[in-house]
Amino acid sequence: MFTVKELVRPQTLAEAYRTLTEHPDNALLGGCAFLRLGNRKIAAAVDLSRIGLDYIRETEGFIEVGAMATFRALENHPACRENFSGMLPRAVGNVLGVQFRNLVTVGASVFSKYGFSDLITALLALDTDVELHAGGRMPLAVFLDKPYTRDILTRIYIRKDGRAAAYQSLRNSASDFPVVNAAVARLGDRWTVAVGARPAGARLAPAAAAALDGGADPGEAAALAAGELAFGGNLKASAEYRRAMAAVLVKRAVLEVSKCASK
Amino acid sequence: MRIEVTINGHKTALEVAPDEILADTLRAAGFASVRRGCDTTNCGLCTVWVDGRPTLSCAILAARMDGRDITTIEGVAGEAEAFARLLVAEGAEQCGFCSPGFIMTVLAMKRELADPTDDEIIHYLTGNLCRCTGYMGQLRAVKKFLEVRP
Amino acid sequence: MKIVGKGVAKIDGLAIATGKPLYTDDLVPANALTVKILRSPHAAARIKAIDTVAAESVEGVACVLTHKDVPQARFTLAGQTYPEPSPYDRLILEDLVRYVGDEVAIVAAADERAAQKALELIKVDYEVLTPVLDFEQAIDHPAVVHPETDLHCNFDIGHNRLRNIAATHKVEVGDVAAELAASAVVVEETYYTQAQAQAMMETYRAFSYLDHAGRLVVVSSTQIPFHVRRQLARALELPASRIRVIKPRIGGGFGGKQTAVAEIFPALVTLRTGRPAKIVYERRETFTATNSRHAMRFKVRLGADRDGLIRAIDVECLSDTGAYGEHAPTVFSVAGEKSLSLYNKARAVRYAGHAVYTNKLPAGAMRGYGATQGCFAVESAVNKLAGALGLDPSALRLKNIIRAGELDIYHNRILGSASLDRCIERGRELIGWDEKYPSRDLGGKVRAVGMAVTMQGSGIAGIDTASAEVRLNDDGNYTLLLGSTDMGTGSDTILAQMAAEVLQTPLDAIIVHAADTDVSPFDTGSYASSTAYVTGMAVVKAAGELREKIIAAAAGLMNAAPAEVTFDGAVLTGPAGDRLTLAELAQRSVVGPDRRQLAGYASHGSPVSPPPFVAGFADVEVDKETGKVELLDYVAVIDCGTVINPNLARVQAEGGLVQGIGLALYEDVRYDERGGLQTNSFMTYKIPSRKDVGAIRVFFEESYEPTGPFGAKSIGEVVANTPAPAIAHAVRNAVGAWLTRLPLTPEKVYAAMTKQPKERTCT
Repeated sequence: MFTVKELVRPQTLAEAYRTLTEHPDNALLGGCAFLRLGNRKIAAAVDLSRIGLDYIRETEGFIEVGAMATFRALENHPACRENFSGMLPRAVGNVLGVQFRNLVTVGASVFSKYGFSDLITALLALDTDVELHAGGRMPLAVFLDKPYTRDILTRIYIRKDGRAAAYQSLRNSASDFPVVNAAVARLGDRWTVAVGARPAGARLAPAAAAALDGGADPGEAAALAAGELAFGGNLKASAEYRRAMAAVLVKRAVLEVSKCASK
Repeated sequence: MRIEVTINGHKTALEVAPDEILADTLRAAGFASVRRGCDTTNCGLCTVWVDGRPTLSCAILAARMDGRDITTIEGVAGEAEAFARLLVAEGAEQCGFCSPGFIMTVLAMKRELADPTDDEIIHYLTGNLCRCTGYMGQLRAVKKFLEVRP
Repeated sequence: MKIVGKGVAKIDGLAIATGKPLYTDDLVPANALTVKILRSPHAAARIKAIDTVAAESVEGVACVLTHKDVPQARFTLAGQTYPEPSPYDRLILEDLVRYVGDEVAIVAAADERAAQKALELIKVDYEVLTPVLDFEQAIDHPAVVHPETDLHCNFDIGHNRLRNIAATHKVEVGDVAAELAASAVVVEETYYTQAQAQAMMETYRAFSYLDHAGRLVVVSSTQIPFHVRRQLARALELPASRIRVIKPRIGGGFGGKQTAVAEIFPALVTLRTGRPAKIVYERRETFTATNSRHAMRFKVRLGADRDGLIRAIDVECLSDTGAYGEHAPTVFSVAGEKSLSLYNKARAVRYAGHAVYTNKLPAGAMRGYGATQGCFAVESAVNKLAGALGLDPSALRLKNIIRAGELDIYHNRILGSASLDRCIERGRELIGWDEKYPSRDLGGKVRAVGMAVTMQGSGIAGIDTASAEVRLNDDGNYTLLLGSTDMGTGSDTILAQMAAEVLQTPLDAIIVHAADTDVSPFDTGSYASSTAYVTGMAVVKAAGELREKIIAAAAGLMNAAPAEVTFDGAVLTGPAGDRLTLAELAQRSVVGPDRRQLAGYASHGSPVSPPPFVAGFADVEVDKETGKVELLDYVAVIDCGTVINPNLARVQAEGGLVQGIGLALYEDVRYDERGGLQTNSFMTYKIPSRKDVGAIRVFFEESYEPTGPFGAKSIGEVVANTPAPAIAHAVRNAVGAWLTRLPLTPEKVYAAMTKQPKERTCT
């Protein structure tokens, strides 16, 4: 059972950050979907919902997503539907039900670097930046490799560069976490390949992407992606199966992107 | 801590603990329709609307609801009964334990989607588990309900 | 018939669907103590010391109870008629814990926070023991799950605690070895079914208080109020007359609530403190510390002659009952009985094996009660046999299945009613068998069909007893008193339909009351597919008796012979044309001296358990690259005798089929190496969502069961059985490999199809 001694509802980011870093037992609240799974004893829980981070907007060249925007908002936002072959709504739209997606926030999902995340894999195939209150702005791939620090993810920026993209996941059942997932994007002749739920978090597959840049066929690139990343076993599947399926999903995503791009 | 919320159209002041779950607050306030079914955000039994959007009340800290508008099935009784009659006509309430949360999602869907296909209905309602009915009777009832759009 | 056969709405439907406060947790007195259980973190351990001082000092804590504070009479929690066949192998709390989740201490406090805090402050010193985790290694394992010497069995169930054997069973008819040797074709295979969770939406819960006479009242979400009363009396060493058990609306049971997992804890707290007490199991607790379907291994051998007649069936079963033996012997025997007696052309059948103890979650009753497991094994083997014989599996079934009027060699009885042949024929048409069988390659996917048949029972022959009372009230309406437990199935409604049919009265003229052990007539409870059939017959008899009494009373007032009076349900007409309304008669029956309120009262038990049947057909697509199985269409054609309420029967069937689909494809059970259940939430244990089931289509091929009410048999359990073997068959036809371990996850299908050469012969 988790406990919270005090709920703090700051009006500014600075205030939120100060409270968060004041004490090791203080914590940020996102959508709180998984709060009850743990036994955390939180001293001060910091609620970001009064800071104005609940938005998605199109700015010059970017889709800017505030940390408190929900999956459901992402799913329904016209900019997300119209860009990247509609990959983002498809990636998050299969996560449980609407009442869950109305709760879960983009910021908490990305910041937590959940291995099973559908969203992170999709964002990784795009040109996505993460902005941290203290840590500043950096590419998502860089953020994912950094060790955890106490900070506040404020927003993400997804460059509207017109890339075609596709997201693929394999689930044992529809409402389960993915066994493995993959996102592939193409901008001109440049490809990006990301594989997640390995079950560790999503990572880029640069060799596969380079092969595609060089005109490799989808199966060849998929095999490279499966080969260059590490896979593990858990309740959902073994490492071997994941690796084999990563190749299948990458291949399918590449084919899908090729189809989109040729249209 | 003290919060002011609107529950089913009535402004209410409540004293809640900082780690109190909205589902428990609502049950304690007499809304017996709100139930915990899973504790892991999977089942949808606790579905209520917050500012009109279907949400899992078992994953929300009540303290964060200050100033928000909450609707339980008790707050949309007439419309809920209209659908419940169709559900019951199919026998698709069975044990009934998941029905209030399910109905809240169905009513939200009716507001949100204009003319959903079967697949869109199923997609929208996926967050509501049911172990009794096998879902088919629920789908039959939902389709009849959508036909009677005003 | 006016009301029987009509799809009327459930009498409680609108209230429960709209969230009215009618379930156990809605009715708890405001000042009730919250009861929580400290559970073992070890699969096997001896409690050396337990320190509750700090826990007891938490503000609001009313009591902390350990194994030193409980009665020492062993009992079983299996909800079965006394004397129960399940072993008495439990104490409320014991100094030995037998699985991760076993009860160590009981805490009762003013609220949940205090109870939780107290739980965390109990200090337990464990001597950790070696657990028995693999049920295939349980027999003669050096570790013994039940070393205690005071364990008791009411019957010789072949219990051998030192060998970890909870029950031994053997049925043999004819000479199996000789028949197998003489068979032209023999197939052999080993099958595994997993420990499915009932996963009812309302978890286990109960509350208790002392009434005005100081009696213990227990309100519980249970399928078995009368058994709970008896169990509590034994375990708490209290006369049963001091206990009252009330069942409100129930949020699903599926057999889980045929085992009384929760009631004893608040009851004990109320007895110790004098205060109301409640327990509500968390979902995690429900997964880890209640009961589940028995996991089983079957070794099946089938022998057939050249014409495709199955001549020998040999099944050896090993059943995992976990830490305690609830339902161990009976689930074991049902697994064989219901799957072997389908094929009565056999000259020899044998079914034998053991239920074994392991240091895992106890198994118990779950919808299908062994028949589901046996069906997967035997039907899979029959499908395999069809392949070996080069016969269409539906044709093979039609040659071999038992038909009405034929001898069932397993029970040595003549079968009363059956339309399974028609179910098979109709199912074939509805699924499009001739066009689809066995499979079609669609490029990236393969589409294929598969089938299975099954039977269950209707109540427990010779054991179940139900009583019913119908009273004519002073205003001309009726009260129907029942001891059965509608857990969402609609049994209160269909039983009222039966009474209304006999009494020729509208459904709303009947008040249904169930169940309260102080008030209700005795009923063994709602399990074993008994309620429509056994309780139904009691209702028909009671209503018939009341009808005769009404006519006799009217005849007395009219100075006529009963045979001269007609009764249309509302008006009684005498030979001279004199009329008396039922309302008038009812009123006169309660005014003045020498009057008697009219009531019908009947008990019913059946010497037979007539089987309902299902023919199930699965239409699937299998992804050739991932092994993911998508169920597109499932057709079930059902013989449940007369359908009393087509809407409720259909939903019962659809729901049972989806549970079977869950068993087939999704519901996986995983333990860690220390015996901890890893699949302990809906996040890790995936019951089907509405996206996982495709189209489910249910049809009825009615038969008429002469021993059932209006010709009815049961439907509750039989519907859960066919999906696993039918889907496994379809997957075989899609990928060319047999899968013998449930569930058929993408990884298992992938492994099977990449391992084996892809020959796609007809099976």
